[in-house]
Amino acid sequence: MKKITELRKIVSNPYAYVRKYRKQSGKKVVGYFCSYAPEELIWAAGALPLRMFGTSENIHLADTHLQAYCCSLVRGILEEALANRLDFLDGVVFPHTCDSFQRLSDIWRLNIPRQFHIDVVLPVKLDTPSAKRYLYDVLGKFRKDLGDALGVKITDKMLVKSIKTYNKIRSLIRKLYELRSKNHKILSGADFHAIIKAAMIMDRDYFLEALSEIVGQLKKAKPAKAAGDVKRLVISGSVCSHPDIYDIIENSGGVVVGDDLCTGYRYFEGMMDEKKPPLKAITARYLERIICPAKHLQLKGRGENLIRMVKESKADGVVFLLLKFCDPHAFDYPYIKEMLEKENIPCMLLDMEEQLPSGGQLQTRLETFTQIL
Amino acid sequence: MLKTIAIFLAGKFKKFTMRFKKSKTMKDYMMVYYSEAKSARLTRRKVAWITSGGPVEPLIAMNVIPIYPENHGAMIGASKMGGGLCELAETMGYSADLCSYARSDIACATVNGGPIGGLPKPDMLVCCNNICGTVLKWYEVQARYFNVPLFILDTPFCHTEYTKEAAKYVRAQFDEYIVFLEKACKKKFDYERLKKVGHLSHQGQLLWQAVLDTATNKPAPMSAFDAFYHLALIVTLRGTQDVIDYYTQLLALMKNRIARGIGAVPNEKYRLLWDNIPIWHRTRWLSEKFASHNACLVADTYTTAWCGALKYIDETKFLDSMAEAHARIYLNIGIDEMAKMVLEMIDKYDVDGFVLHSNRSCKPYSFGQLDIQSIVEKERGIPCLMLEADMTDERSFSESQISTRIDAFMEIIKERKAVSKK
Repeated sequence: MKKITELRKIVSNPYAYVRKYRKQSGKKVVGYFCSYAPEELIWAAGALPLRMFGTSENIHLADTHLQAYCCSLVRGILEEALANRLDFLDGVVFPHTCDSFQRLSDIWRLNIPRQFHIDVVLPVKLDTPSAKRYLYDVLGKFRKDLGDALGVKITDKMLVKSIKTYNKIRSLIRKLYELRSKNHKILSGADFHAIIKAAMIMDRDYFLEALSEIVGQLKKAKPAKAAGDVKRLVISGSVCSHPDIYDIIENSGGVVVGDDLCTGYRYFEGMMDEKKPPLKAITARYLERIICPAKHLQLKGRGENLIRMVKESKADGVVFLLLKFCDPHAFDYPYIKEMLEKENIPCMLLDMEEQLPSGGQLQTRLETFTQIL
Repeated sequence: MLKTIAIFLAGKFKKFTMRFKKSKTMKDYMMVYYSEAKSARLTRRKVAWITSGGPVEPLIAMNVIPIYPENHGAMIGASKMGGGLCELAETMGYSADLCSYARSDIACATVNGGPIGGLPKPDMLVCCNNICGTVLKWYEVQARYFNVPLFILDTPFCHTEYTKEAAKYVRAQFDEYIVFLEKACKKKFDYERLKKVGHLSHQGQLLWQAVLDTATNKPAPMSAFDAFYHLALIVTLRGTQDVIDYYTQLLALMKNRIARGIGAVPNEKYRLLWDNIPIWHRTRWLSEKFASHNACLVADTYTTAWCGALKYIDETKFLDSMAEAHARIYLNIGIDEMAKMVLEMIDKYDVDGFVLHSNRSCKPYSFGQLDIQSIVEKERGIPCLMLEADMTDERSFSESQISTRIDAFMEIIKERKAVSKK
């Protein structure tokens, strides 16, 4: 499909796309760091929200600011900035998540010049009246801070328009998940990954058009019947920026039918009520979406959610992709594993260092896992 | 049960004999504290586990016994039992890269291990995330394990400011905290008692600051290693008369040492500042190592954290000012503001060098250290030394490497001092 080829090209070199886009459209580009960044407001303000993924290669400049026991995601993003590869950013938005990103914001503010810098200090707990009120207040403050930085007044009308765009994108992505869950043969794992990633990079209006076209064609497509003995897997973790993992899983006799990832379902899940006052609608979405383990919402919420996801997608097992030195995920792993075991859902743990373990080794481990399922 | 009664009686007896003791030791207080806590079931008092930066005063006002897993972590580290317990946590599925306080505590709860045979079971958990995000995850683990209510005091991080939105949020949570306590203790909150406790807490913090201030004297009558030891009371019993009594006595002792010209390090020639949580399993070794170079660690950023937010406390508006004081503690602020405080300490204690413990277990304390170090080097031009270790897990400590690095660092300091004297 032509559109998918186009998306894959953009995703393989997002900075080139963004540089060109910025020059041609005259729009400002705002970098953000996690799926809690309220990017609906950034898009509403007429700027392009760009998710930062960082590099996993040759990290050395970041070493003068961050010790080796900091996760590769945070170090890799800082490396990109220090190497001056992000000079096209007009500003950055740091939503509060974990201890490492919290300090990255400080280090960034002190070392990366010529950008506006906004901290959105979100609540950590999401289930009390005062926390809900605070989230609303913080988003209101962000609306003002961002407007000041970009020199625009972000009106309700602009927010409503952005909400509608995001709702459409999110519902189409969900459709994509559904279609692939029914028959993964319609779309390769690597293509799927490219589409998901493109959603965090591209002009959102243009992406929506491309996505509508892709989903429309996939709905009509009559692909080969899915092989019967393929094992259905749900992957769980933080960021997955390795397109290969989908392919490796497929080559190991498995297929990803669902995920609990920051760069996956957690980013798309949850619609905004278009009838509500827009800031209230955005607030509600961030309160109710599936949480990241750096946030608090009930003691077993993440485990229950994962089990529900496994059951709904009729998955055979779960693969945990845990980034080394990611504390929030590492703390949750034992209890979630225990909950899965009680439900007789097999799982395996892949510890990820800066890069994925070599393909062959990984494939062997995944094959062993899919064979026992 | 018999064991509990024995612990209870031992505590009572100790408390009784302490009345006749002229100078009471830390051991006396800690023995009474832990025996009261361990026999809480017998005396029908409630036990709350609370984080070190959490608001303990409302607990004291409700006659709840506060227990500090972090203080316990320090004890585990000091008794060199951290490695074993951490290993147990790892077999339970917890990554070896997680905080060693959390790992040892989580493991300890399942086996009642450690130097005091485990902590008394909690009736409730109080977690304030002003020190890190780790405590949130750690207390969630314990809330699931013990199946007890968890209160989270969420203090938004103050990168550059304490916003009015955050102020409103934190203040509202103090009211929610009191409702939580009323429910957990099944009794009305005593605001009058809180006033008294608040006063004692404030006085205790002022006294602790005064004790630490004595180290501005040359030679310093106490070192940071002494502060690590004497810290236990301001952490665990803040808001009680015991803290006042103990630090009053300690302050007199330090003043007496100053009057007699006695230093913590017999021949103090070099004065150093320490950053981060102590390496609990190596405090004595490090103390002797620095002393062998006639160097005294006269101050540290860690123990001052328990009086660092004094400027925000107003006894007449205790609850309001508590909110601000908890949100703006040393670890909940941006690294530029932390660096500013470090520079102030460098001047105040007139130090010749800065030693930073890069602590694998504590990301919010350690990430940003490299920037603070460069700021210090630029602004004050004093030598800095970064040591890689872990506060409780003794498996991450390389004695020979650290020893060599300290020797090299001290050589630089000696040379510089010799030059500046010429």
